[in-house]
Amino acid sequence: MTPAIELLNVSKIYRRYGGRQFATLKSALLQRSILRTLQPSETFSALTNVSFTVPKGCTYGVIGPNGSGKSTALKLVAGITKPTTGTVRVEGRISALIELGAGFHPEISGRENVFINGIMLGLTKRQIHERFDEIVEFAELTEFIDAPVKTYSSGMYMRLGFAVAIHVDPDVLLVDEVLAVGDEAFTHKCLDKFSEFRRRGKTILLVTHSLGLVERFCDEALWLDAGVARSHGDPKRVVSEYLMSVEASEEHLMETTTARAVAAADEGVQPPPSEPDATRPPENMFHATEGRWGAREVEIVDVTLLDGDGKPGFIFHSGEPMSIQLKVRAAQPNDEVVFGIGIFSAEGVCCYGTNTFLEEMNPARLAGDAEATFAIEGLDLVEGTYKLDVAVHKRDGAPYDYHRLLYTFRVKSRTHDVGIYRPRHHWTFSPNLQFPAGRDDD
Amino acid sequence: MLRNLATLMRYRGLIQSLVARDLKARYRGSVLGFFWSFVNPLLLLLVYSFVFSTVMPNTTVGIQPYALFMFCGILPWTWFTASLSEATNSLISGGNLIKKVLFPAEILPIVSVLANMVNFFLGLLILVPSLIYFHKLHLSFNLLWFPVTVLVQLVFTLALGLMLSALTVHFRDIRDLLFNILTLWFFATPIIYSWQQDNVRKYKHLFDLNPFTHLAISYQETLFYGPVGHWKWLLALGAASVVLFLAGYWLFDRLRDSFAEAV
Repeated sequence: MTPAIELLNVSKIYRRYGGRQFATLKSALLQRSILRTLQPSETFSALTNVSFTVPKGCTYGVIGPNGSGKSTALKLVAGITKPTTGTVRVEGRISALIELGAGFHPEISGRENVFINGIMLGLTKRQIHERFDEIVEFAELTEFIDAPVKTYSSGMYMRLGFAVAIHVDPDVLLVDEVLAVGDEAFTHKCLDKFSEFRRRGKTILLVTHSLGLVERFCDEALWLDAGVARSHGDPKRVVSEYLMSVEASEEHLMETTTARAVAAADEGVQPPPSEPDATRPPENMFHATEGRWGAREVEIVDVTLLDGDGKPGFIFHSGEPMSIQLKVRAAQPNDEVVFGIGIFSAEGVCCYGTNTFLEEMNPARLAGDAEATFAIEGLDLVEGTYKLDVAVHKRDGAPYDYHRLLYTFRVKSRTHDVGIYRPRHHWTFSPNLQFPAGRDDD
Repeated sequence: MLRNLATLMRYRGLIQSLVARDLKARYRGSVLGFFWSFVNPLLLLLVYSFVFSTVMPNTTVGIQPYALFMFCGILPWTWFTASLSEATNSLISGGNLIKKVLFPAEILPIVSVLANMVNFFLGLLILVPSLIYFHKLHLSFNLLWFPVTVLVQLVFTLALGLMLSALTVHFRDIRDLLFNILTLWFFATPIIYSWQQDNVRKYKHLFDLNPFTHLAISYQETLFYGPVGHWKWLLALGAASVVLFLAGYWLFDRLRDSFAEAV
């Protein structure tokens, strides 16, 4: 069977003209060559050597971060732009739900716009006449169809555009993240329409950020990253690979954030004598500002976050073990040392704080290098970004070295519960109340 | 390129409805609505009549009524300039269509030219009765030159429209430049003066270089003066326009792929 869509080694290079927004005629004439100005001086590769085939009747999902070339791929399939190299082949009539109602003219009525839009999408006048009532009914605009389109709300506008495009009755339907704009009811209606398309053996190419939709709805998926096809095949596998890469890049982000915060705080290591404040804590400890202070009789030289396997990282899963490892160095032997830890949410709310003195532990004596580890058996926090305070100080609270909100980490969770703390819990029900096994991801 | 021209024929239904949409949208919201297409030229005619019969009548010796003479040239000129300014802008203002819908871009400038042609025809509904009233229009084979003149102007305007619209995508300066060039062009064409005046005849060769001179003269001869003596020039311009159109279409075709990115 011939595939419905076939991309073979497709690259798309966008050009930037001379680094300026608009080329001007004058400069072109001055350089004596209009054609030379039309040559690209800088190029940007939106897609690099991408190949994929979509068999007839297949629902194919394309995922990837912003700017990964998803929409470019869709435009190539739609024929709106041409590939720089490689070939794009599509069997059958295409309808692209890229920008809904792109051709609507605001001054004329919805009725007239339906006709013009339909003709643009390749229908004849007669076909539109036949489908007109169905289109208007689907868009839920029976009352307003004779009002000028400029009076429509953005939802009405979108619904009408969607209704026209879907009633073109294409063999290949291209969908670019259009479901995000409708209300819940309309989104369901659209999904039903897609399902109907699938049953009738039509091909759908779906570009979306909704990974759940891809897992539930698609037969195959493609993951694009920076214009390169990273993986394709079974949607569940592709989505989880994608998620893992997102996690890795987030991890990297946390790492750089933390490194930058520590470096910035280190700037104030030797404050000028006129500003002795750098060794003092700020007046209001509840005001969340990053920083580092203390005279460093005992210095925190390194802070590492470890997961359950003892691997350093910045991303942890809710409920799993995590530990905070402090490496300290005492310039002089010291017998009054307290280690403190504080965990703050991104909004600056203190989720938990403790120190060794509060927990009635007193080290006999600290000399030279030492390590202290704060081990959490289960990180019972909800999903989000958290910041960390670590400190060594005297019993009365006077700091040796205080690191305020310098360390960032992220907690991931598959349940989207809310709050600042997740108590260990489980639900039980009386025997007459049964919950069938529904979502498998919990 | 020829295949593209052929597929364009498949889109004539779309061109038709877009022209109709353009005309409808233009006057939507105004009280007189579609009547503006008549009222505009009528008011223009009144203004020129007043100026050239009352304010400065002595420049117009020999041609009566002078306002009507001018009107024969101004009406097609309005079609020409309005078409070009709208066509020049058409790809940029229709950028949404080019970027989001699979759509032959040349339809946009063509629609601009055709919509203004319809307006031109509506203006004729004012011009022709006036000509009859002043006994200027005589039923004869002479009138057959009129559709020929319109056709030549149509091809000529389409050619320029296609070129300008495609180039404007890359050089937005053309929009501002065009406005000034058209003003200059207007005064360089025998529309508000007659090409039979002595000081115009002196520079005949220069005037002959201006394509719109031949169109204006042809209109004036078919509608106002009577016998058409200018048809050789008109046919030559027609042939040149066809060549220009092919060149314009070729240029448009060459730049077509850049539109979706540059608009």
